[in-house]
Amino acid sequence: MSMPLEHDYIGLSDASSLERSSVSSNTSSEDATNNVFTLKATELSLGLPGFGKNCEEHATNFGSTVKNYMSGAKRGFSDVNIGKNKSQQLISSSDVKPVEEKKGPVSEKGSVPPSAKAQVVGWPPIRSFRKNTMATNLPKSAEGNLGSGECLYVKVSMDGAPYLRKIDLKIYRNYAELSKALEKMFSCFTLGQCTSNGQEGLNESNLKDHLHGSECVLTYEDKDGDWMLVGDVPWEMFIDSCKRLRITKGSEAIGLAPRLMDKCKSRN
Amino acid sequence: MNPHRKRAKTVDRVDSADSALVSSESTQMRPFPSKPLSVDRVKSVESSESGRMRPFKDKILFVDRVDSVESSESSRTSQFSDKISGFDRADSVEARVDSAGSTRMSRFPDEVLERVLALVDSHKDRSAVSLVCKEWYNAERWSRRHVFIGNCYSVSPEIVAARFPRIRSVTLKGKPRFSDFNLVPEDWGADVQPWLSVFSTAYPFLEELRLKRMAVTDESLEFLAKKFHGFKALSLLSCDGFSTDGLKAIATHCKNLTELDIQENGIDDLGGHWLSCFPDSLTSLEILNFASLNSEVSFDALEKLVSRCKSLRVLKVNRNISLDQLQKLLSHCPQLMELGTGTFMQELISGPVTEFKNMFSNCRNLITLSGLWDATPLYLPVIYPACARLTFLNLSYATLRSDELSNLLSHCKSLRRLWLLDTVGDKGLEAVGSCCPLLEELRVFPADPFDQEILLGVTESGFVSVSRGCPKLRYVLYFCRQMTNAAVATIAQNCPDFTHFRLCIMNPGQPDYLTKEPMDEAFGAIVKTCTKLQRLAISGLLTDRTFEYIGKYAKNLETLSVAFAGSSDLGMEYVLQGCQKLRKLEIRDCPFGNAALLSGLTKYESMRSLWMSACNVTMNACRVLAKERPRLNVEVMRDEEGGDDSQANKVYVYRTVAGPRKDAPPFVLTL
Repeated sequence: MSMPLEHDYIGLSDASSLERSSVSSNTSSEDATNNVFTLKATELSLGLPGFGKNCEEHATNFGSTVKNYMSGAKRGFSDVNIGKNKSQQLISSSDVKPVEEKKGPVSEKGSVPPSAKAQVVGWPPIRSFRKNTMATNLPKSAEGNLGSGECLYVKVSMDGAPYLRKIDLKIYRNYAELSKALEKMFSCFTLGQCTSNGQEGLNESNLKDHLHGSECVLTYEDKDGDWMLVGDVPWEMFIDSCKRLRITKGSEAIGLAPRLMDKCKSRN
Repeated sequence: MNPHRKRAKTVDRVDSADSALVSSESTQMRPFPSKPLSVDRVKSVESSESGRMRPFKDKILFVDRVDSVESSESSRTSQFSDKISGFDRADSVEARVDSAGSTRMSRFPDEVLERVLALVDSHKDRSAVSLVCKEWYNAERWSRRHVFIGNCYSVSPEIVAARFPRIRSVTLKGKPRFSDFNLVPEDWGADVQPWLSVFSTAYPFLEELRLKRMAVTDESLEFLAKKFHGFKALSLLSCDGFSTDGLKAIATHCKNLTELDIQENGIDDLGGHWLSCFPDSLTSLEILNFASLNSEVSFDALEKLVSRCKSLRVLKVNRNISLDQLQKLLSHCPQLMELGTGTFMQELISGPVTEFKNMFSNCRNLITLSGLWDATPLYLPVIYPACARLTFLNLSYATLRSDELSNLLSHCKSLRRLWLLDTVGDKGLEAVGSCCPLLEELRVFPADPFDQEILLGVTESGFVSVSRGCPKLRYVLYFCRQMTNAAVATIAQNCPDFTHFRLCIMNPGQPDYLTKEPMDEAFGAIVKTCTKLQRLAISGLLTDRTFEYIGKYAKNLETLSVAFAGSSDLGMEYVLQGCQKLRKLEIRDCPFGNAALLSGLTKYESMRSLWMSACNVTMNACRVLAKERPRLNVEVMRDEEGGDDSQANKVYVYRTVAGPRKDAPPFVLTL
């Protein structure tokens, strides 16, 4: 049997030596008890959450099924060989070619390698189409506390405010959320009402309207060092290039304001 | 009256003959029941619950799904003469009893009988009808327009064509369900071409073909498109082997196409040109679903198609269709009943969101909404005007958070069916419970099923919240990472009407996370309380006790899916003995062995199929089963790697009248 390959796939590399030492063929039911004991020892390294210390009293019950699962997993892998495609592992690593992405650069799920813990063929029971689709969906779903790793803190300054703030651009998904957050943050400093009217949805023109209404203009400094008006480019592009934010007020805003007025007029 | 009493005697005799047959478990077919020929009687045959009638009733039910036709078929072919003579005898008794010789109800002219029976739609009724007597059998077979074949290998196309000469619509299912999860190698079979070849001569006027888990090639699709001139409706779900070229053929040649429904198939997507192949003269389309195809289609062609098909009621586009484009489409077909959107956000804001505000205001018939890819809170409100009428909302591709869902659902009072991603969390499910009191079906899919690190998703408390607010729940599919026995017991109390309960605790063999006990009591509660349960999928750490409960209480159970569960052969034995109505049993990675397999020896013929993989079954046991039950196909799938040749790792057992497969690939052994 070609053990090494299978261990890579299953992630049982820790268990491999123990397994070999137990010698008994996984497939024979007479050896179930033997396997249970060795498997107990290796239980943690099988790495399925929910096993481990909490389940030791049930290990005997489950030992045989774990054995089966292992053998099932092995066979599953050989099926992967036969099947040539659509295995879990292949999906996580290569993946989702057919999906055309018009959106910005999307990190494939494949960039997050399958965890070292065991993955069983065909479990959880989810159809391939859904698996493939979700793999491309996920990088977009901005659960605020997802450990996707990077944060993108940028300074936000407001004219006349005694101190600056810092916000993490990664936790917002679009301009609307950013504008709401900024309002909340700087509400103590603004004259007049910057709160949204509860319209059906915020978008860039509304955002600009509000800020214009209170004589604020939201600008950002991009990678080239130029100060740009927030809202012109797609969100993904914006957070890629934004280095810092500035809420401009008062006299400086006037220079930009006429352009805004025109835009608003053409929309309305 | 005399005649009645005599008739009753005849019936009794037959019934007792039945029971004798049943108890001796011979493989002979039962004689026709000689029942008085009234529709009432037919119904009572069908609805009879008595144990004595049980196996016989299976045979009746059997016929409707042609996977059951077999056993009555085979008996017919071999023992038809007996049957006829038996029947004649009974007939003559009746004739004698009928002193005046006047035409009783049994003497309908055939045409009238056929006309009446043509109105019978339900499979179960039809199968009951066909077993009443020879005349009814014939009338039924001539009047039948639709045949459902649950397992394509249970019967051969020739047999079907011979029995039912006037079929217009066929539903065919092929591979075992676990093939959806990569447990069945490619090239396993279930090729549709042999069926099409027979149908092209037998049913040249075939109008509808619905395939699930079949292998379909482009050549087959072209064959279908060209040979069947009146062909109207094609539905492909979870099939594989074809490409968009096959769709081109369908679009080009099917002049009367009303339905093209392509769902979740393993398809080679070579581009979206197929849509442009619909001729300008095609105006009959009513259902168009290409949501699962990835390539971009020509929007121009799509828009024109939608505009000229005035009867279009179902339109599900793929992700490449933008909001702008969707709005244009909707302006052409406000009569839509079911809509699958494309991507539900815009990156480059061409206009304020208010521009889309009216997109749905003209769609007064819309009851189903799906798609909603990438929907964000900015654009979701666009659908609010349509929400009040929606009965089915599929958000399983929209990564919504709890507050977003809550806002949306507050508009959706009429929802009956809801599909979600677990990104909504337990809080989102609380909103479901409070906003959707009419909810009957809930499916919660995992957004990230393979990442063990993530502790997000839904838990038992979300499920409980839904159950509190939605007492009419009958169908649930729930993926979670933790569950407790107490929660499931509460859920069962709150929703006693469950017919489908599929709980997937995603870590195999995980116990109740609070008490650390097995999840036996959870499923015990379900089967005890939910007496209407037809389908059950279990997960978590489970001992034989779960199966004891199932066997004891789940008397209406028809489908059972088991994975990583059980402690011994007893588990499977409990189920096989106790669940009288069991039709499909699929098991993976359980410690069930030969004794368990063979305990079902007498049962498998009353089931559609059995799947056992990664259990403890040996080849010898399979051979015994195959030998004892010649009307079962016992198939074992071999691994390529060495492995233990005496172990049967993947076993698929199903009843059939067609004999062993002729198209089995080398890795499938029919014993």
